[in-house]
Amino acid sequence: MVTTSSAVMESPASASASGKIQAALPGRSPRTAGLPAGSAPATAAAPAGATLIDIRNLDFYYGASQALKDISLEIEDHKVTAFIGPSGCGKSTLLRCLNRMNDLIDDTRVARGTIKIHGVDIYQPDVDVIELRKRVGMVFQKSNPFPKSIYENITYGLRLQGVKDKSRLDAIVEKALRGAALWDEVKDRLDASGLGLSGGQQQRLCIARAIAVEPEVILMDEPCSALDPVATAKIEELIQELRARYTIVIVTHNMQQAARCSDRTAFFYLGKLIEYADTREIFTNPANSQTEAYVSGRFG
Amino acid sequence: MNTAAHVFRPRLNAARRAEGLVFWLFRGATYLILACGAAVFLNIVFKGAGTVFKTEAPFVNVAFLTEAPESLYIFEFEGKKYELGDTAFRAFKEANPAAANVKTESYVYSAGGIWPCIVGTVLLVVGSMTIALFLGVCAAVYLTEYARDGAFIRFVRLAILNLAGVPSIVFGLFGFGMFVIFFGWNVSLLAGWFTLAFMVLPVVITASEESLKSVPKGFREGSLALGATKWQTIRSNVLPYALPGILTSSILGIARVAGETAPIMFTAAYVVRDKLPWDVDKASDFFFQGVMALPYHIYVVSSKIPQNEYTERVQYGTAFVFLGIVALIAAASILLRTRLRNRYKW
Repeated sequence: MVTTSSAVMESPASASASGKIQAALPGRSPRTAGLPAGSAPATAAAPAGATLIDIRNLDFYYGASQALKDISLEIEDHKVTAFIGPSGCGKSTLLRCLNRMNDLIDDTRVARGTIKIHGVDIYQPDVDVIELRKRVGMVFQKSNPFPKSIYENITYGLRLQGVKDKSRLDAIVEKALRGAALWDEVKDRLDASGLGLSGGQQQRLCIARAIAVEPEVILMDEPCSALDPVATAKIEELIQELRARYTIVIVTHNMQQAARCSDRTAFFYLGKLIEYADTREIFTNPANSQTEAYVSGRFG
Repeated sequence: MNTAAHVFRPRLNAARRAEGLVFWLFRGATYLILACGAAVFLNIVFKGAGTVFKTEAPFVNVAFLTEAPESLYIFEFEGKKYELGDTAFRAFKEANPAAANVKTESYVYSAGGIWPCIVGTVLLVVGSMTIALFLGVCAAVYLTEYARDGAFIRFVRLAILNLAGVPSIVFGLFGFGMFVIFFGWNVSLLAGWFTLAFMVLPVVITASEESLKSVPKGFREGSLALGATKWQTIRSNVLPYALPGILTSSILGIARVAGETAPIMFTAAYVVRDKLPWDVDKASDFFFQGVMALPYHIYVVSSKIPQNEYTERVQYGTAFVFLGIVALIAAASILLRTRLRNRYKW
């Protein structure tokens, strides 16, 4: 059984929010019960439903073109939040703002607004992006395992932090791979290259790599867009299991995916946040006509 | 013979004639280049092989590869014709006092071997490539991974490209003014190393940048997203995968560094030097001594002394050995590159 230090019992609220989606995919229940408490992390996990990431009036520019316009959004702890919208609507840009991956792109800037995680504005000058990214992990659209062994892929982040103890690394590798539902498939070939795995396995390896460093938040940027339906189903199942322990933000092109595996959904269009509500609300009773047009497949 | 009968019969028109012409132009150009290359190569091999190889055991002219250049003395003594190098001639005169005043013809550098030149060239190549790779890779990493694209960086890139177009003799003069005179290193290995390194730097930087850019962005993002610093990411997830490409470029650099005469003629090369490079009083002298080098030796024996059948042997023999050594160093780099590629493939 996988354990985690930031394990939190799922609240009734989030269980009910996802009740319908759960029913749509039988045989899935978030792993919640019986998680022994580990050592307390630096910041104690808040109860599910509390605001973890608070985005206020965010304007973001690529050079002269504005990609995000006045975005305000609260992402709740230990929930799965989905960002949906047509291509170019800014959903991936917003996701990459959350761990400052946009810093890597020349000529980008947050012109206005704040993103607070645990109440700390992550764009203020004294924030160390290294510390931020340890807490806020990321899984990319194109699975990007390093051309190293499966074992080295998982231990990469830990070695950077100076963990050298072999038995501890072994334990974390097993835990992370089990956490990413990959252990049974690769336990006999941990020394094989991560590139030898199938597309879906590679993506789960990337998830395992991300959870090995024990982040609080996992950002997923269209993690299933390159995968076949079977591999996609596995990842979605995994997301259901991970939400017990992590706050997950997922960008997806696939509305069914958002409907199946998220608690809250944000709909973006042309750089603006159009609607943000419980997933069931968005898909059954959207308040905005554009949202309705999009989720019913009339555009986008 | 009824090709005209069906609809797909060939029709000779301008486009078709141009097609045939262009095909032969391209093919002809390729074969012409091949023929020129083969002519140069075979000429050196055939003429040089006579100097480097022998018909009797051990089949290789060991003296040519292991001895220093000597003057050749040709004389007749007691009805027999002798062709002896400097050392052998002196020994002969001691053994036969009657030969002391024998009438000789002498030809400089035409006897003995080219060992000091081989040593010097290898030292120059290894030293300058080490400097060029270190500086070049550092600069390429800065330009591709750290520097933000802007007017200044574009200017730096342009300057580097322009450096590649500077004639090698200009590098020679620069090295002479900068290292030999201003730094006071005199004609020395160190001055030669830096002059040659500066000459190949543009090649190394440009190619290193290309190979760094060819490493997928995902490797960097994946690493950074796990909380790695930029340098940790570059060291473990970018540089290892760029190394094979960087080495490929350095192979081209090796051929240039080994082959250029102009940059070393003012900075590092001696026409003749009796001592071998490791024959120094104190270790630091090693860096401040001039050396003999193969390309400069070819230049000297081809243009600075009277030409005849005896000097021709040395010219072609040296050229042949020179080709062989460049091939050997390049082969070593290719081997290293292949091993790295197998280890770091994606």
